[in-house]
Amino acid sequence: MTAKISYDEVEAGTELPAQMFPVSRATLVQYAGASGDFNPIHWNEPFAKEVGLPDVIAHGMFTMASAIRVVTDWVGDPGAVIEYGVRFTKPVVVPNDDKGALIEVTAKVGAKLDDQERTVRVDLTATADGQKVLGMSRAVVRLA
Amino acid sequence: MALDQSFVGRTYPPTAPYEVGREKIREFAEAVGDPNPVYTDPDAAKAFGHPDVIAPPTFPFLITYRAAGQVVLDPELGLDFGRVVHGDQKFSYTRPVRAGDRLSVTVAIDAIKSLAGNDVIDVRGDVRDESGEHVVTALMKLVSRAPEES
Repeated sequence: MTAKISYDEVEAGTELPAQMFPVSRATLVQYAGASGDFNPIHWNEPFAKEVGLPDVIAHGMFTMASAIRVVTDWVGDPGAVIEYGVRFTKPVVVPNDDKGALIEVTAKVGAKLDDQERTVRVDLTATADGQKVLGMSRAVVRLA
Repeated sequence: MALDQSFVGRTYPPTAPYEVGREKIREFAEAVGDPNPVYTDPDAAKAFGHPDVIAPPTFPFLITYRAAGQVVLDPELGLDFGRVVHGDQKFSYTRPVRAGDRLSVTVAIDAIKSLAGNDVIDVRGDVRDESGEHVVTALMKLVSRAPEES
């Protein structure tokens, strides 16, 4: 058993279920601890502003980890992901309030790549506060 | 100041093995808010044919970023770390990272370019397991912003 989505049932343009991922300051502190990335721009507001940022920003790798969930929740087995790449275009700004930020991720099958390997390219779009935060965001996935 | 082009192609020695533990994978999956049971339940992972729990797709960055420190902090290269931002990130997987792996990273500089006064450096990390089999390659594009004109 591998992916729960069959190659034969998707077409270029097939949309994956979209998801929203809330991010609070607590999320960033937890991610800093788990990942070992303690750059103060992700938790220290005066420091972030001193280096020219509007406020504390999320780790780019947190956004990248969130975006691929649209793909891994769709296929079931994260091991079906063969390639995954993003460009960090804008930071996700995380205010210190009860709302934080919201990363919205949509995805669709961009192309069917190989009928033998049953691979597809999934194109992802991630936005926060109306801004595109990831560019060139693509995954290659092997389907069942 | 533009970085020295002669560093393109330079390869750094493989890192000491990083041992991937089930609890570290669980901690990371919780930190990214991902409840997929293949990260925490060995039986769920086995149902997909994995020998043990696997790690989320971006988990290898923990290991490859640390290894890339050899480049970022290489005094001969002279990158100004305070000006460096993460431009692009890409992973190419032979298989997912899993609990019990002992992973070593070989870091190489793939390219150095100058764009609008910024230095752009492509750092590759090839991750192999204890038997030398390829697991994943991480490609990281770092952008060193040009100093402001005074």
